[in-house]
This record gives sequence, C-alpha cells and structure tokens, in this order.
Amino acid sequence: MISSKNPYHEIPNGFRKLFYLNWPVLLLVITTANFGFLILYSVADGNLKPWAQPQIIRFIIGVFVIFIFSFININFWKKVSFYTYLLSLLLLVLVLYFGVSGGGAQRWLDLKFITLQPSELVKISLIMLLAAYYDWLKPERTSHMFWVALPAIIILVPSLLVIIQPDLGTGLLITFIGISTMFLAGVSWWYFVAIFGLIPGMVTTIWISRGKSWQFLTNYQYRRIDTFLDPSLDPLGSGYHITQSKIALGSGGFTGRGFMQGTQSQLDFLPRNHTDFIFTTLAEEFGFLGAISLLMIYGLIIIFSMVSAITNKSRFGYLLTAGLTMNFFSYFAINIAMVMGLAPVVGVPLPLISYGGSAMLVLLAGFGLMQSAHVHRIRHKY
Amino acid sequence: MAKTINVKTSQANFNKKFARRSLLLLIGQITVIGVLSWRMRKLQIEDSERYRLLAEENRVNIRILPSQRGLIFDKTGNLLANNKQNYKIVIIREEAGDVEKVLADLSKLIPISKKKQLLIKEDIKKFRAFVPVTVVEEISWDQFAKVAANLPSLPGLIPQVGFTRSYLEDNAMAHIIGYVGPISKKDKERLSSSNPLFQIPKFQIGKTGIERELNSDLMGTSGVSRNEVNARGRIMRELARDEAKTGQDIQITINTDLQKFSMARMKGLSASAVVIEIENGDILAMSSTPSFNPNSLVNGISNTDWSNLLNDIKRPLSNKSVSDAYPPGSLFKMIVAVTALEKELISEDDEINCNGLYETSASKHHCWLSSGHGNINLEKALKRSCDVYFYEIARRAGINAIAKTAKAFGLSSTFDLPVSAVSRGLMPDREWKKSNFGQRWLLGDTLNAGIGQGYILTTPMQIAIMTTRIATGKKIIPRLINAKGGKIIPLTNPVPLGFKNSTLLKIRDGMDAAVNDADGTAYKSRITNPKFKLAGKTGTAQVRRITAEERENGVTKNEDLPWQKRDHALFTGYAPTKNPKYAISVIVEHGGGGSAVAAPIARDIILYALYGKLPSLSAYPKDQHSEIQLRLEELKTFDNKDTKGNKSAPLETQT
Repeated sequence: MISSKNPYHEIPNGFRKLFYLNWPVLLLVITTANFGFLILYSVADGNLKPWAQPQIIRFIIGVFVIFIFSFININFWKKVSFYTYLLSLLLLVLVLYFGVSGGGAQRWLDLKFITLQPSELVKISLIMLLAAYYDWLKPERTSHMFWVALPAIIILVPSLLVIIQPDLGTGLLITFIGISTMFLAGVSWWYFVAIFGLIPGMVTTIWISRGKSWQFLTNYQYRRIDTFLDPSLDPLGSGYHITQSKIALGSGGFTGRGFMQGTQSQLDFLPRNHTDFIFTTLAEEFGFLGAISLLMIYGLIIIFSMVSAITNKSRFGYLLTAGLTMNFFSYFAINIAMVMGLAPVVGVPLPLISYGGSAMLVLLAGFGLMQSAHVHRIRHKY
Repeated sequence: MAKTINVKTSQANFNKKFARRSLLLLIGQITVIGVLSWRMRKLQIEDSERYRLLAEENRVNIRILPSQRGLIFDKTGNLLANNKQNYKIVIIREEAGDVEKVLADLSKLIPISKKKQLLIKEDIKKFRAFVPVTVVEEISWDQFAKVAANLPSLPGLIPQVGFTRSYLEDNAMAHIIGYVGPISKKDKERLSSSNPLFQIPKFQIGKTGIERELNSDLMGTSGVSRNEVNARGRIMRELARDEAKTGQDIQITINTDLQKFSMARMKGLSASAVVIEIENGDILAMSSTPSFNPNSLVNGISNTDWSNLLNDIKRPLSNKSVSDAYPPGSLFKMIVAVTALEKELISEDDEINCNGLYETSASKHHCWLSSGHGNINLEKALKRSCDVYFYEIARRAGINAIAKTAKAFGLSSTFDLPVSAVSRGLMPDREWKKSNFGQRWLLGDTLNAGIGQGYILTTPMQIAIMTTRIATGKKIIPRLINAKGGKIIPLTNPVPLGFKNSTLLKIRDGMDAAVNDADGTAYKSRITNPKFKLAGKTGTAQVRRITAEERENGVTKNEDLPWQKRDHALFTGYAPTKNPKYAISVIVEHGGGGSAVAAPIARDIILYALYGKLPSLSAYPKDQHSEIQLRLEELKTFDNKDTKGNKSAPLETQT
C-alpha cells in the first residue's frame, strides 16, 4: 500500500480520497450532464422517454465509474496502459469484421448489453499508452528520431484502422490527439513544424486524387467537404444539415425561444437533434445566453483540468490529464464548430450532452482517470 | 507497491517544459473557445433576425383556400353557370395501411376497374404518405353516401365535396359566357400572377367570354390557412384561418329563350344574330352558329374533338357577333344617305338616273340590277337598294365625311363589351389608306365604300347598334352586364347623336319602305301584324370580285360557287316601326342574298322577341302561312332541354 510516511509523497487513504478529488471538474461535469438531460427531455416533446431517462441512468453509472477509477491508484493505470491499448486495437480489428454499420461505415460493436464504438475507446487508451511511454522514456531521449518514430507508429496504427472503417474524421482526430500528447510531452518543435509543412501537400494530393482510380476518400466524403465549403450547393441534400442547423441556431436569438419552444428542433427540421446536432436545440431554446453558458462551462472544465495537469509532478499523471483534456476539448470544439458551419459534418457528439451510451461512458471513464491522477499526485508536506 | 519517486533535476527541467507546453495548448484552446463564441454572437445576435425569418418560412406552411366562383344569371334570373358539387373519394396512404385491400373493399361499393385501380396505386406512390390522392370523382350521391356510411371499415379514405363549373344552357350561351379551364403559364403572365389563387394547381379561371373578361369579379378572393408543418411538410396544427370570399354573381342582359330560339333558327348555318333592346341598349340575344359545348371543355376535351373545333371552316369557337367583321354591303347605304342629307348634298326628292352602270374616268361600277332603276329618289333607292344612286351621293359626300358619320353610329367601335376578342372592324378614310398602303385614296374607293364594299368591315353587333341609333337618334350603347354582385349597373342617359330629325325620319321611311312596299327588297319578310311592323335593310356582301368576263357571259349563280366564295347575306332592322322596341342584325356567312336568306331569319327572331314566345301565324303574310307553319313546328322543340339525349356527343355537329 502507498506509504504516507514519505515526506514527498502525501497520498490520501481510503475514503479520505473523496476529499482530494478534483471537485470543481466533477461538479461542472454533473452540471453539464444535467443541461443535457433537459434538452433530451425537450427534444422528445417533453418526455423522459426515449432519451432522457436512459441517459440519466447511464450517467449515474458513469459517475460511479468516475469514483471507482479515481480510487484506483494511478500506478495501476500506468501498468495496464499497454494492455488496454492492445485491447482497443483488437476491438478495432473486430469492428471491421463484426461491426454494425452506421452512416456508411462499420463503427459499432454489438456487445449485447452495450453497443461499443471502439474508436472512442482507442482515444483514451492511446493517451494512456503515450503517457506511460513518456513516463518510461528518459527525458533526454524525447526528441530523438527513433523515440519519436515509436509513438508515431503507436498513433498511426489505430488511426489507420479507423480510417479504413471508413471514418476519416475520427481517424484524423485520433492522430491529432496523439500528436497533441507528443507535443505536451516536450517533443522538439521541429517535428511539428515539419508536420504542418506536410499538411498542405497532403491536402492537395487528396484533392487531386478525386475522380482518379487511386482516390483517397470516398465520393461521399468528397461531397461532404464540398457542402461544407458551400452549403447552398445542396440545401436539401447533404447541405441540409448545416443550413437547417444555422437557421435553428440563429433564430434562437439572444435569449432563445424558451424551453421546449424551439420550432426548428421540435418540428424535426433538424436531423439527429438528440445526438450530434443537439447543440442547435440548446442554442435555439436557450439562445445566445444558454449557448455561451455551456461554452463557458466547457472552458472552465478545460482550465481546471489543465491546472490539475500542470500541477501534477508525475509525468504519467501530467500527460494523462493533459491528453484527456485535449480529447475532451476536441469533442466539444469540433461539434460546436460543425453545427455552426465552421467545420465539416463529422460524427462527433457534444460531450456529456448528446444521447449515446458508450460515448458517454468512455468520456466519464476518462474523467475517472483524470481524477485518479489528481487524487494520487505527489503532494509536498508543509 | 510503495516506491519512492526520486525527483531529479532533469525531471524538474522537464516539468518546466511541460508547464510551458500545456500553457501554450491551454491558450490555444481558449482561443478556439473565443472563436466559437464570436461565431455564436454573429449567428445568434447579429444575424438573428434573418435566421428567425428563415425559421418562420420553414415552420409555417400557408395553404390557400380556394374561393367559390360567382354564378351567372340571365335577365330573368335563370341560372346559366353554376358550381356543381363534385363528390369524390380521396385516400391518404399512411392512414390506409394496406392500400390494396382498401381499394379492393372500395371497389365492392363503387365499381372501379382493375386498370383504374392500378392507375390509382401508381398515383398514390407519386405523393408522400400523407398527401390526399383522388381515387374516384364525379360519383353519384348514392355512391358517395354508401362510402361515407362504410368509412369505419375503409381506413384512409375520405369523402370530399369539390366544385366543378357547369353551364346549364350548353351550346346556346357558349360564346357569351365562355368557359373556365386550368390556369396556364400564359394566363399567369397576362394576369400578373400576384393573386394567391393562381398558385393553386389547376386553378380554374375564365378562358373566354364573360368568364374571362369578368374573371376578377367572378373569382372572389382566396382564403388562407396558416399551418405549422414539420420538416416533412405534414401539417401539425392550424395557426390561423381566413375564409375565402365567394366571387360576385353576374347577371347578364341576355334573354335565354330568345337566345336559344335564335340559335335554333340559324342551326346548320354559319351565322350570327344580335338583338338589342332599343330603349336601353340591352343585348337580348347575341348568337353565333355553329357553337360548342363549354361543359365538354371544362371536363376535358379529347384532342380529336378539339382539333375538329379548331379546323371547322364554320369556326364554331368564334363569336361571330363581335369577333368577325364583314363588309356591310348595302346596310352601309343608310350611313351614306345620312351623310348626304346632313350635308344637304341631296334632298329627298332629288332624283338620280340609274342605268345599271356608273362610269368614272378610271373605272366602271355596276348596279346589282344591270338593267338599271331609272330615275330614282332617296326613299326608292333605299327601298330597292340602288347602287348607282349611292355611288353618286357617296362621291358628293367624300369618304372622310362618310367615315365620320359611320363612327357616330358606332361602326369601328368595340363598346367595351366584356366578351372575348371583340373586333373593331374597319372604317377607312384617306389618312388610313395613306398610312396603311402608302397610296392615295381614289374615287373608286369612295364608290365602293358607298355600297359598303371595299375596305369597310363591320361586326353584326356594330350593325345592330347602328340600327338602334337610327331608330332613336340617340347614342345608345350596348349593354351586356345587368348586375354585378347583386347591384344593378346604372344606365347612362343616352345623348342625342346630333343629326337632324328630318334626316333620320327619311332614313326610317326608306327602311320601312324596303320591308313594307311591294317593290322593297325585303317585302317577302314583312310582318303583317300592324302592331309589330318591321323596318329594315337587306344587304348582300360580295366576298369576291366579279370579273368583266363574267359580266359578259352572265354572273355565276351563287349556289354554283364553292361555299367560301358565296356572298354573305345580311339584314338589319327594327320593330315595331312606331315606337321601336327591338333592333336586329343578322348575317349568314356565304348564305347568298340578304333578302332571301337573312331577312326571314331576322323576322322570325324579332317576332319571337315581340311576342315573348313562338310568334303566331297571323304575324306573317297569308301566302307564306303553310311554309311558316312548318318552320315554326320544327322550331317548337328548339329548347334543347327537351332533346338533351345527346349528352354523349356534346359538340354540335355542323351543316
């Protein structure tokens, strides 16, 4: 057991751990989730079913997961990180063969009691493994070519497995999160400069490949990008999402139309208004005030989490917390940018609010890991 | 598990680096949040108004409620055009569930052929699940009631009542009332398509006649039902409703019985008759044969039937009373006479010698009687329709004076009648010829005009008004609409024409003599009932030039010519001679001589107007009784209500 005698290492014991939780983050997460229940209730025309009730149950389970995870010693997570990563890869391979289709891609694994999206899981296990890797690696070697190539492979394998599902958006997102973690680990700037130098070339190649036998993306994906660049191209087809969601958002105005009064969401003009496009319902019914409040809450979660990361003296704890924060940030930033027409339509839920079982549980498990890092961080005795 | 974690200096350096990197990332994240907030502000505050409007358009579906068309009545209040209830059954697919089974059940109540069922099923597939699709229409009340009673076992079926325009007098009023049809692109352009009614698919608007000209009165105003709809267009609830306003009823001046009698009297001919009530200018009859059945056009006409109507040389679709202009022939002589008398170019006793030929330095002009009329004065010239007399006085008057008189009598006027394609006819003068042909007006042109030939063209309506004005000396204006929306259109007090009474009296004497003197051109068509004596003038308008060669060898008999080259037969007159009540104008296209063909028709029609029913034999000369009796006997059944068995062949067949 962890010794409390060490003057440098003050770790709380048993239920005392409760007092050392990162309470601001936990409370903000609960607040956000409640916001979500309200909207799911409204989207269902004022009914708990079919969305709000299961979501509440899942959230309660998820909060238990947070507590359990946060009570488990951080070193345990460090040890299992390699195995969780392998498990995620296995699931990613399985999903290619046994996956359930959704939106033209094989994304879901039906585990009978829950349908799991392995691409969600892999984000967390990737961060865990990278954090453990840099914890293990001697700091002087961080920017060494070989020791950079290794994590790059760790990142690219799951990314490519997701891209061939095909789910380009999530695949790129996994790469981005992995690279961010490497950046946080202190890998030399030059590598990142080089990557950003490569991006324009890659984009051009992908664009040129369109219509050729070796094109990188499916026609569907090219069309998605087309309509993102100009939604008016196809107002009733794939541009419909963006156009309608902007109408709903804009018509909310400053104070919104009121709870359950959003005409656009209530009358089904918005597709998927309980999942990926739920933010538009919120923005229509609660207006600019509601939308900006949610954004501020998200911002506070980010700030508190990053403070927790920076103040963590353990390299694993620091990288795990910061990486998971980056993951959480990428969810809401991309989702909100998408519904406001700033990013193409990709399947990214609004964290803690969108309806969906596995995404919510995985997200809360991530918060559990962050809490574990927070509870078990090195504290100096004064 | 317990381990001591050593804090090394290099680690501390790295911790500093971590802090730097995470701070950088945090700043990046906060920047992104800032960008998102800025975008949110732009969408939700700056452009909020615009998006709210767009949302409203999304949400509210405006359904136009059609108005009912106003009815049309005749002068005595008989219904001429109404809106017939059209019982139909519609189906809503999503409520029906098993469409096949519902249709099969329905066909047990109403016979629907297998082929029709297939068509309906295809129709249903074309629309969204909640759109009502017509299954059957124009079904009987009994069938309608049967379906309504069995509704519980016929899910998705809805009995509905629609309206179809129906014309009660079939062919008799077709040219006056016209007909309605689905609005076309051209109609929308013509009507400047702002009216919401025009957006209703297949909205019925007037295509010809009163239905067209008074369409805006008849059509009424649309109602609006504002509905909240969802993204698939399904109506969730009604937000507001403005009921439609029924169009105005129109009462016309036509006397249906007289109209139908005149149509029957001219059956088989290509002819037109106009009867005017002299006192107020009311058009009592305005008939044009052959005609067509407007109901067949409303209900949809087959292509062959339609092309038959279009290609018929007797032009059943044309309203000859106002749309076709003909040379007036001798009917124009009254105008020439008035001009000469007014200008005192001739007195009533002045005689002119007619030897059958009138020669100028440039041309020869013949009298219809090649042997000539000898010395002849005005009354005799009108009575016997001597051409040479009128060549001479036309020459004296000159074309511009004649044209001026003609216009005063209503020739080349449209009278603003609310019927389709009203022709102005043509009243030429020197300036007209100069600007249209770039040629000088010749004396020969004046002489031709003197007998109503040459360039002059008049419509039967213009001639009837001319006669009305001769009979009254007042500027009577024809009137077709008696009341609109229940309000009588006030009569305008007619102003005097400004011609000397003595002039008009002399013309009337001439017209009296033409009918009632034994040597008058229309003596055979006189009325012997002294209360109803007829005055009038015959005319025979040439549609071809008689060649010099023909004159040598004898003019070809009219009957020997092909139909289109035969002369038009014309007559105009009024009755009774004392206190005239009715004026009439008749033209029989390519009918032959005015006295033989047009005058007897005019007499029968004006007598019907005078009697208010089939005239009694006593009105006719004794020697014609047997012949007249036969004709009247035949006409007794003119009311096609009695002979409506031919509904299946709605188009009147010609000749």
